[in-house]
Amino acid sequence: MNSTQAAIEISDVSFNYDGREILSEVNLSIWPFDSICIVGPNGGGKTTLMKLIIGLLTPKKGEVRLFGKRPDEARKLIGYVPQYAVYDKQFPISVKEVVCMGRLGNSVTGRYSRNDWNRTMDALKEVGLLEFAERSFSALSGGQRQRVLIARALASGGEILILDEPTANIDQESESHLFDLLKELNQRMTILMVTHDVGFASKFFKRIACVNRQVVIHPTSELTGELIKEMYGGDFRMIRHDHTCSREGHTHA
Amino acid sequence: MLEFWTALIDPNLPFVRYAVITGLLASIPFGIIGTYVVVRRISYIAGAISHCILGGVGAGLYVQNAMGISWFGPLHGAIVVALLAAVILSLVSLFAKQREDSVIGALWAAGMGIGLLFLAKTPGYIDPMSYLFGNILLITKSDIFFVLALDVLVVGIIAVFYNTFLAICFDDEYAGLRGIHTHWFYLVLLCLTALTIVLLVRVVGIVMVIALLTLPAAIAGNFAHSVKQMMVLATLLCGIFILAGLSTSYSLDLPSGPVIIVIAAAFYLCVVVGMKFLSPRSS
Repeated sequence: MNSTQAAIEISDVSFNYDGREILSEVNLSIWPFDSICIVGPNGGGKTTLMKLIIGLLTPKKGEVRLFGKRPDEARKLIGYVPQYAVYDKQFPISVKEVVCMGRLGNSVTGRYSRNDWNRTMDALKEVGLLEFAERSFSALSGGQRQRVLIARALASGGEILILDEPTANIDQESESHLFDLLKELNQRMTILMVTHDVGFASKFFKRIACVNRQVVIHPTSELTGELIKEMYGGDFRMIRHDHTCSREGHTHA
Repeated sequence: MLEFWTALIDPNLPFVRYAVITGLLASIPFGIIGTYVVVRRISYIAGAISHCILGGVGAGLYVQNAMGISWFGPLHGAIVVALLAAVILSLVSLFAKQREDSVIGALWAAGMGIGLLFLAKTPGYIDPMSYLFGNILLITKSDIFFVLALDVLVVGIIAVFYNTFLAICFDDEYAGLRGIHTHWFYLVLLCLTALTIVLLVRVVGIVMVIALLTLPAAIAGNFAHSVKQMMVLATLLCGIFILAGLSTSYSLDLPSGPVIIVIAAAFYLCVVVGMKFLSPRSS
């Protein structure tokens, strides 16, 4: 892959929903092997920005390019990890069936080849859940289900991993597990994550994008230590991010 | 119970045989489509299609008797209207996300209203009871071919596109991101559901369609670990309920549709209660 080409290039993107402006004149370049975390208040446009990148929404103005391609042409480059909590807990499906879904779209009928199953097993191995392949998806813990969805994204073979709120509703141990996994994957993939959890963000991500109608990028060094202490009066984990991104909250260099 | 089995082999009572053969063959699409209706949670949509069918039945009878077009009958009307309802409902899910339930409700009632108006204007007396509550004993030889054709269609399409339908039911947003035309597949699923419901109407009637479509699958869902298993189990259960219902109704001289439904519902109740006591985890 050409290293001078941006993995994700967002230029002058604006988006309205029911006449309300969600994003205004957003510009953002994400380079290959970057790790970027999208934070911001609820309703600030985080999810909209992510949906524009994966192609679930199309911008009213401006353009989104993934390695120079439109999102709908670049589907195979994206590994998308939705929130695990949206799934029906009673759906009868095994872990490996969920992961193999990442191989869909390679044939007209959707039948899986031996290669598809091999990729599925490799992906499960990578997230450390190979022995759970035959288990029922609903029988797993939240953190495990999250990793199954990451395996599905890996099985699809993309170069950009996009995660939606992966730390929501999972315990500390699963979270540090996730952190290690992402660190490893970042060696070969570009990682973009939407989250409320700045504590997690500052530990791992190289850059943070604050989204509140507009997007402002910070290197994580700005957000760790002194700044967080100063803003929150202590070195504790932050769950909400609302203050950090308000216009008056901190200065934008 | 014994007289049912002697009736089954009595050459003078072919309708009993037709009913049993149709019931067993029909269990296949009922089990397969019922599973999708349950896991995708669209039983309300199935109910709307079912009630719309009265409109098609009424129109079919009117065309046949009042307009004198003899080759067009209630079955044709039912098929056309059921497919039309499937198309409308899939468009509704595409364009009217928030108001989907209102549109479904409107379609549900309007279909019935239109059907009753057609029946009122059709010459001669037509008893809507057999359409509303079904009568599998009215099934003829030609119905068996319709059932066989539906078996081949449903099993064929689902066997080829199993993974795709699984993905659409489990996570259609992700399936769309993998480049699958989810709207088209959803439309195909609703059309297969519509055809299956036309058949169900013959067996248990418009009003009780949802029960025979969803109860076997809902019971199967308590034990199955995959959608495939759930389909097989639902098909078996459906066949058992129809057979048990038919023999009971024949022996006790009761209408077959309600007996089938009552047996299925009683079994469902037992399973739900049983699961609650046996394993507190999987309620």
